[in-house]
Amino acid sequence: MNSLMAEMGEKALALGIPLTVQLDLTYRCNERCVHCYLDHDDHGEMTAAEYKKLLDELAEAGVLFLTLSGGEIMLRKDFFEILEYARSLMFSVKLKTNAVLIREEEARRLRELAVESVQISVYSHRAEVHDAITLLPGSLEKSIEAARFLKSQGLRVMLADVLMRQNQQDYGGVKALAAELGVQFFLDPTITPMMDGDRSILSLNVNQDALQKVMRDEALVGNVEEFCSIPNGASEDDLESFPCSAAHTFCYVSPYGDVYPCVQFPLPSGNVRRTPFLEIWNQSPQLNEVRSIHLRDLPSCSQCVHGNTCTRCPGLAFLEGNMRGPSTQDCEKSFARTGIPSKNLEAKRASANGQSAVRGLIQIQGVSISSAPQTA
Amino acid sequence: MSGEVRTQRELHSPGKQYVARSTQIAARRIGDEIMIMSGSEATVYTLNDVAAAIWEEADGATAIQEIVERRICKEFDVAPEVALQDALALVEELAGHGVLVVSEAPIATKMLGKDQR
Repeated sequence: MNSLMAEMGEKALALGIPLTVQLDLTYRCNERCVHCYLDHDDHGEMTAAEYKKLLDELAEAGVLFLTLSGGEIMLRKDFFEILEYARSLMFSVKLKTNAVLIREEEARRLRELAVESVQISVYSHRAEVHDAITLLPGSLEKSIEAARFLKSQGLRVMLADVLMRQNQQDYGGVKALAAELGVQFFLDPTITPMMDGDRSILSLNVNQDALQKVMRDEALVGNVEEFCSIPNGASEDDLESFPCSAAHTFCYVSPYGDVYPCVQFPLPSGNVRRTPFLEIWNQSPQLNEVRSIHLRDLPSCSQCVHGNTCTRCPGLAFLEGNMRGPSTQDCEKSFARTGIPSKNLEAKRASANGQSAVRGLIQIQGVSISSAPQTA
Repeated sequence: MSGEVRTQRELHSPGKQYVARSTQIAARRIGDEIMIMSGSEATVYTLNDVAAAIWEEADGATAIQEIVERRICKEFDVAPEVALQDALALVEELAGHGVLVVSEAPIATKMLGKDQR
């Protein structure tokens, strides 16, 4: 299945087809997760009619894999109307939800509509930790109940955990909980900056020691020796490759109709309320700029020893100020994985050392100045 | 939705056979192929151009015999009896995987894919 999927992915890439789109239905949420990158106010969400028109356009464009996310998707009263329409257009639909509002009846309907999978956000197996992150008392219990309802319907369920300081000891517990429920488990070690560029929540990221522990956990990464092997740098073929699928076979549409290369890459590229999706996909200068970038075009990363193995996210690089620059969070992951600093981290260290040296020089000058009167 | 999966012997019976796309799968045309995801089997299929043509015509209201006569024979320059035999084999295989639904009567198409591009 994977090779056939890869083959179809390559075909979609060659044909310029957006095989996968994430569509957020709302930014409103019944949880207030401390690490969330969204503004939860409603600034004018698209109506069900607008979503249906967009779904028609996405089907026309060749989108097969559709992720419906938010915000909390179940807060939309017309959620099932939109989902039913999407399934009538034969999208393969994946849902991302906290599942607090999914009870037996909703699980049954999701099964009837044959959604591909349901991803539930769970940050700890302990209610006191999970609920302190979601700021919704009782949320872990509700989410786990929902996972059981969905599983009992025969749906594919995944528990998605985000690694942060508050729960860094608990991912093993969530993994065990997933095993007990008979569902999949996924751990994301990356905190994403706010979509408006506010980076304050990055302080929730775990430190290097904790990240290294995760990267060397066989239960998570499989073959540690292979996963953490010394990188060789990018080959000529690697240099011709694209950084990721954003704008190539993937894009993101916000609840307000804004199109971005990815949910983690908030470069405004058009709005489906004003312009048909396919026109944006084919003609947006922003999307065309993103898809013009090869690894060879990244000044630092193309020269980096991690060039061919790094998980560099161009969206995180963009949020750091330069879509052709490095993503320091991914540099830190590569460092945690291999013990070898990236070109970017080396430059930052050198810069920090340089600053220290300058500060030292200023201090010396200060001493000489301050001592001057004493000697005068 | 009415309709049921039939065995090969039943498919070869003289009456008309109607085929419809299952409501339980996802599908899209990628270039000259149709890509089909069967969530229940966690399987992906691709259909070549001939199979894709049958898939596209599988609206529940058109008999497979008509699909073969009207589209396959015309587009692919193949003898009717050979085309029908191959089409029935394909339909049987896809029905066995839950991708198509087969019935001796037309199949109601509420919630069937209205767009198989």
